Amino acid sequence: MPGDPVVLLSGLTKSFGTVRALAGLDLSVQAGEVHGFLGPNGAGKTTALRILLGLLRADSGHAELLGGHPWRDSVELHRRLAYVPGDVVLWPTLSGGEAIDLLGRLRGGLDQQRKQALLERFDLDPTKKGRAYSKGNRQKVALIAALASHVELLLLDEPTAGLDPLMETAFRACVNDERGNGRTVLLSSHILSEVEALCDRVSIIRAGRIVESGTLAQLRHLTRNTVTAELDRIPDHLPGVHNLVAEGTRVTFEVEPPRLGQVLRTLSDAGVRNLTCRPPTLEELFLRHYQAAP
Amino acid sequence: MTGTLSLIRLALRRDRLLLAAWILLIVGMTAATASAIAELYPGMAQRVALGVTIGSTPALQALTGPVYDATSVGGLTAWRATTLVTVLVALMSLFTVTRHTRAEEESGRAELIGACPVGRQAIPAAAIIVAAGANLLIALLLTAALTELGLPVASALAFGLAIAATGWVFTAVAAVTSQLTEHAKSANALAVAVLGLAFLLRAGGDAAGIEALSWISPLGWAQRVRAFAGDRWWVIGLTVLVALLLGAIAAALARRRDLGSGVLPSRAGPAAAPPYLNSPLALAWRLHRGSLLAWSAGFAVAGGLFGALAQSVGEILRDNAQLAQILQRLGGAQALIDTFLAAQTGLLGLVAGGYAVQAVLRLQAEEATSRAEPVLAAAVPRRQWTLSHLIMAFGGAAMILSVGGLTEGLAHGTRASDIGRQVVRLLGAVWVQVPAVWVTAGLAMLLYGALPQLTALAWAALVAFALLGQLGEVLRLPEWLQRVSPYAHLPQMPGGELDAVPLLWLTALALTLATAGTTAFARRDLIGT
Repeated sequence: MPGDPVVLLSGLTKSFGTVRALAGLDLSVQAGEVHGFLGPNGAGKTTALRILLGLLRADSGHAELLGGHPWRDSVELHRRLAYVPGDVVLWPTLSGGEAIDLLGRLRGGLDQQRKQALLERFDLDPTKKGRAYSKGNRQKVALIAALASHVELLLLDEPTAGLDPLMETAFRACVNDERGNGRTVLLSSHILSEVEALCDRVSIIRAGRIVESGTLAQLRHLTRNTVTAELDRIPDHLPGVHNLVAEGTRVTFEVEPPRLGQVLRTLSDAGVRNLTCRPPTLEELFLRHYQAAP
Repeated sequence: MTGTLSLIRLALRRDRLLLAAWILLIVGMTAATASAIAELYPGMAQRVALGVTIGSTPALQALTGPVYDATSVGGLTAWRATTLVTVLVALMSLFTVTRHTRAEEESGRAELIGACPVGRQAIPAAAIIVAAGANLLIALLLTAALTELGLPVASALAFGLAIAATGWVFTAVAAVTSQLTEHAKSANALAVAVLGLAFLLRAGGDAAGIEALSWISPLGWAQRVRAFAGDRWWVIGLTVLVALLLGAIAAALARRRDLGSGVLPSRAGPAAAPPYLNSPLALAWRLHRGSLLAWSAGFAVAGGLFGALAQSVGEILRDNAQLAQILQRLGGAQALIDTFLAAQTGLLGLVAGGYAVQAVLRLQAEEATSRAEPVLAAAVPRRQWTLSHLIMAFGGAAMILSVGGLTEGLAHGTRASDIGRQVVRLLGAVWVQVPAVWVTAGLAMLLYGALPQLTALAWAALVAFALLGQLGEVLRLPEWLQRVSPYAHLPQMPGGELDAVPLLWLTALALTLATAGTTAFARRDLIGT
């Protein structure tokens, strides 16, 4: 585990009227990592980020950000981080370029060279007025302002929701650059492929609570692999497998990693002609948590 | 026009409280005025005496228009209520139309509706029908209420329809302005500017006795229906005709443009921010700049007009021997001119309250649209953010008043051949208004910080201050109630005795309210979308 926790939340709760947005959230993000914050709409991702930003006050629980208190030390902390909201709204009378410069300066300055490079990379026309941008282009404005700032931590709330696949690729390259520069990124998302491609560690949030947290390898270790095999004959008995489907000489089933060796022995006795073994995708991990009854 | 009916139902569902409040306010206020006049001036002689006083006070005529029949309760009610009520129905109509047309397009909700099987003109049609219907309902309720109070039914109907017809004109004005601009805010501003101009033309025409000026203004038409004093129905017909014409223009404009765009084009901006744009205050300046300039221009025009008219106010009375006598008792022509200028300056103060409230509530607009979020997520303390907008509200109010006082002084001074002294006097007079404007702004800030769901109360308070000032005397409301309004504590300037004590405590109160609001905001959750 490299470095100290940059974000540390424990037992965080927050209610809006009768709606419980966070129900004892625990989250820790280490310095220098890209951390995926994964969950469907309404799970509490944005609420947690807004508490970290001192825009909301938690009802109870402990919150620590860059060694400080998110509410009390908000201004000092905000100099060291940049935030991209999920739904970027710009000032209708300010151009995109003005908004980027303004947000950067309010954080304490931004790298003009990097800004120019990012404008090209994201193919953004900075002379348009805020009202003339599409959702994706508004998102680019906020992203460029955040990425060109001199900060240690990036808080990104579903930053690619409006981007096309080309820009999504540019975004991934940027996040990898940030990792190379030693910055910490907390990336909230419900786009699994993005998290899978970018993140060192993942926390899955559901109904205001973290249900799974760890590296992708760790998470996968907890779940079943999917095995598909072509055999000479179907064995009478395959111990420890789940969801077995047999079509002619072809079997597909899921198996927990500790049982894999034993199952493979049984299969080879049955004469393996072809075999694929696939670790679970993040999507399968995700669905497993979300399809189970609450 | 497919879907218009459903959209009307949607608009009524969204506005049920708001429209009901407007209608109640307008009808209730008129009925209260009529019954107060009947009670306070029961005899013919008392009413005629009141009529003479009105005739000798151009300042009052600038606010309310001429009195056409002082012998009847109806005639006096029409005189007292027409201007105020037409301004209120105009505001109700234009806000309603903009809210259901341009504001819907700007927010993107119109796109959702436009993609349904709904006719191209259904959105503006529904908005216009709702606003026009509200005005018709007001006409009917006014007729019923005034008839109930014992006034003749035909004249009551003429009065009600004169009011409604003015509402229809401004319904159509807003239908046009919401086609022109891309933003609900600027559509409202443009329509309110038309209303302000209409008010100024009528006020000037009525105070100086220039009929042609009053005839240019839709607000002048409602008076010239002469309800309870001859009932000229053809003037109502003329007003309706103008409303229909403006409606046709709006429809023609709507056919020519795309959803979401305006007729007036938007331009490209700079690729990078100018060096000054580096603080919350600079951002607030950028956001308030346009509206501040527009308000300054409006105040410059209004001040100039009032100043230019002041001298004529003294002159018209010279021709009337009876009035000249009364005049002498009141302190001569100079006193009359000063009363007129003081009344107009008071009006500028009330309107500046409108600027201040909208400028403070800009904070709420920034928060509600989530534009505050990235700013407060940067290294910007909450107090600094609110302070930057408060500077625009407090400083801007002082600035537009100064502009109005300056042009008023220049125009009046030019006609009176006394520029230097009049500029100083009238600048002093507008500055006296500033503390009351600030109290109104402070109240808006306190509401925004502590009770952000109830910021509409700031507007309600401003309307209440205006009504207390306008109707307090006529309705003989108790002294303490009249003095609830901060404007009631201001010395009458020019001409009056300058008393600094109320100005100081009003300023202190304003700062206390603003500080309390700022502290409450710094402690509460941000309301996001």
